[in-house]
Amino acid sequence: MHIMEGFLPAEWCAAWYTFSIPVVVYGAWIVRKRIDANPGAKSLLAVAAGFVFVLSALKLPSVTGSCSHPTGTGVAVVLFGPAATAFISVIVLFYQALLLAHGGLTTLGANTASMGIIGPFAGWLVYKAIRRFGLKTAVFAAAAVADWVTYVVTSFQLALAFPANPSLAGVIESTMKFMAIFAVTQIPLALMEGVVAALLVSYLVEVREDVAEVVAA
Amino acid sequence: MKKLLLSVLVLLTIFAFISVAAGEEWAGADEQAEEAIKEINPNYEPWFSPVWEPPSGEIESFLFSLQAAIGALLIGYFLGYYRGAKHARNA
Repeated sequence: MHIMEGFLPAEWCAAWYTFSIPVVVYGAWIVRKRIDANPGAKSLLAVAAGFVFVLSALKLPSVTGSCSHPTGTGVAVVLFGPAATAFISVIVLFYQALLLAHGGLTTLGANTASMGIIGPFAGWLVYKAIRRFGLKTAVFAAAAVADWVTYVVTSFQLALAFPANPSLAGVIESTMKFMAIFAVTQIPLALMEGVVAALLVSYLVEVREDVAEVVAA
Repeated sequence: MKKLLLSVLVLLTIFAFISVAAGEEWAGADEQAEEAIKEINPNYEPWFSPVWEPPSGEIESFLFSLQAAIGALLIGYFLGYYRGAKHARNA
């Protein structure tokens, strides 16, 4: 669930756009470079993007009695790294903002920062840290963390714009309030996403030898 | 390993559906966030509204399922292609 259109004050929209645009441009450049170096990466990119498309379309019920959707960025970040994932996420966020009135054009920068950049980056760090304990474990953790951190960041973005009172304590209080809505709902969904992502990546390794090299490090 | 992962998936799905606090509305988490914003700052007015909204809930679910279908098509097509290509190499 992304930040709704118009629900972030203009100065915050601008700030998050400023944060996100350079990463997305860099991500597009990385994607270009990967495809030039290895044309076989093109179809892999389509699979990673497809995973984001499917998972972020599924609004699932959760323990809190509300619905939210996973992000699906885990596979992309494992195969292509965080910058390319930002580029892929923008495509999906743009589709949803334009055609579904889900998220928004003014909040696109902020939503890209959470779903496309900070969440996947956290997942990628976890992946790098625990890769040596096995591929499936690492992909599971990367996808679950990328998903969950996305919503922690969303909560924090809303809290910065809507602090309970104008102080650091107010921001923390609001973060807790939004976390109770977003982050708690997301826990079971993030775990589910981790399992599905691990299955997909291990199948890719099985049928495409060159993917084994990509995920070796 | 695969069996273990699949069982975890099934358990989590069941858990998500039955651990339901009774009488909840299954609203989107973003709608709840809207309410929280109104609580914190009752004077806040959204300053921009979506340029286009699906005219009805049916059309919205159509567009959501279209999104999922595009993704599933990409994944399914290429997984099948990779599998066939591997088969051909080994033949």
